Amino acid sequence: MTLLRLSNLEASYGAVRALQGVSMDVAEGAVVAVLGANGAGKSTTLKAISGVVKPTAGEIEFDGKRLNGMTPNQIVRLGIAQVPEGRKIFKDLTVAENLRMGAYARSDKAEISKDLDMILELFPRLSERAKQLGGTLSGGEQQMLAIGRGLMARPRLLLLDEPSLGLAPIIIADIFATLRKINEEKRMTMLVVEQNANIALKNSSFGYVLQVGRVAVEGVAGDLRQNKEVIESYMGA
Amino acid sequence: MFGQLFISGLATGSLYALTAVAVVVVFRNTRTINLAQGDFSMIGAFVALVLIKSFAFNYYFALAGSVVFCIGLGILAERVVMRQIADSDWLTLFTATLGMYYILHGVAGHFWGRDTKAFPLTFDPTPINVFGGIISQGHVVNMAWAAAIGLVLFIFFKYTKQGIAMRAVTDDPETAALMGIPVRFIVLLTWGMAGFLAAFAGVLIAPIIYVSPEMMDEVLIKGYVAAVFGGLYSIPGAIIGALLIGICENLAGGYLGSHFKTVTAFAMIVLLLAFRPHGLFGIQKRREV
Repeated sequence: MTLLRLSNLEASYGAVRALQGVSMDVAEGAVVAVLGANGAGKSTTLKAISGVVKPTAGEIEFDGKRLNGMTPNQIVRLGIAQVPEGRKIFKDLTVAENLRMGAYARSDKAEISKDLDMILELFPRLSERAKQLGGTLSGGEQQMLAIGRGLMARPRLLLLDEPSLGLAPIIIADIFATLRKINEEKRMTMLVVEQNANIALKNSSFGYVLQVGRVAVEGVAGDLRQNKEVIESYMGA
Repeated sequence: MFGQLFISGLATGSLYALTAVAVVVVFRNTRTINLAQGDFSMIGAFVALVLIKSFAFNYYFALAGSVVFCIGLGILAERVVMRQIADSDWLTLFTATLGMYYILHGVAGHFWGRDTKAFPLTFDPTPINVFGGIISQGHVVNMAWAAAIGLVLFIFFKYTKQGIAMRAVTDDPETAALMGIPVRFIVLLTWGMAGFLAAFAGVLIAPIIYVSPEMMDEVLIKGYVAAVFGGLYSIPGAIIGALLIGICENLAGGYLGSHFKTVTAFAMIVLLLAFRPHGLFGIQKRREV
């Protein structure tokens, strides 16, 4: 079953046409990777889904509902949470407060505290640092916090924007292993934007490669890893 | 003599702190220096006075009425004026609050007259002995109110969902929106809080400086300077700044003569802006523009 469908999505920043007709299908329970170079439109795609960027044409459909024109606020309440690029931790809020803000749109107190326990178990480092200010965490810890904060919304779809950015390989592997675990245990659908094609395709079932605002290649992750064009352009020599 | 001047300065400073904190919370969530903050207080003092004189309310009901009225005034200022121009540059926002300042001055003068009115004393005027200093009971009462309000704010910002969300909006409004935090509602709440603080600031200081359309003009400037002590960002910094101003001006008034009182407060402004423009505690502007 398709959870999220983008049809011929277009978006612009002023005169720059960042998306020029992007179509994607994200199946429920899948981890889907979106690859591409800087400026290919990966982040814009995520921002359009979460309502930060308004599409100029095309359709965004989530669980049969049209998202075009909704505010980020309404979209979160439908079950889409974002782990933003650069993590965007609230620096002057403690780790615990950051997590609490992830659940802002919810009011089921007992379930929120269950999710909090689950997240602290997934990321024990966050538990140790619960009272520290977000700004004092290391990059890897901030990424864990950003993911934990996204999970606190208990989303049906988790959008991750460059979770590997600026992190050491061992921490990247750790974070992706955790994401897989969440995907498998909770059947949580994930859409992961990544420059690191190798790690992204290893941990996803399907992939889209964007080039200047269009989908250039799409396919099952295993096939994309064998695809000559993808290897040459995005996986290094 | 020193102890006495110190404590009464501390008491006045704790009232300045109410204005200073309101300036900080509004500025850090909206980039607006609210010049009308003092006038919210002035209107609040008039409302309390009218409730006491014309409607025979007792002091506490009048205070409560003033608080409700000023919260409404803050919310009205946001909905009717500030929201319309929320995306404008800071100068536009600043000018709009200057407009509200003049409007509220005019409205108060029209309805209640331009002369200065006494506010009924609400405490026993007999001075009491505190730690060896003889001070007025009013000062003790005012300090207790300010401390209680400070405690309420602390609990709100530290433990309630809306309070933490207000800090999240201060930190990063775009990410806050991504979390599902309704940023405009939080801004509305911020202005409501400014009104809440304004009512206490106005009603508590009214017996000391009397009630007139201009009553809060000097207090606003001192509150603003206190806010700059905290880098227009830190609430504890603003409170410490307010207490310092209250104490210093009172000591100067006591030892050098009463005409040095206001001069001292303004001299502190000049020195602060010249040497520590980002605040006494070196708080830098945190958000990239």
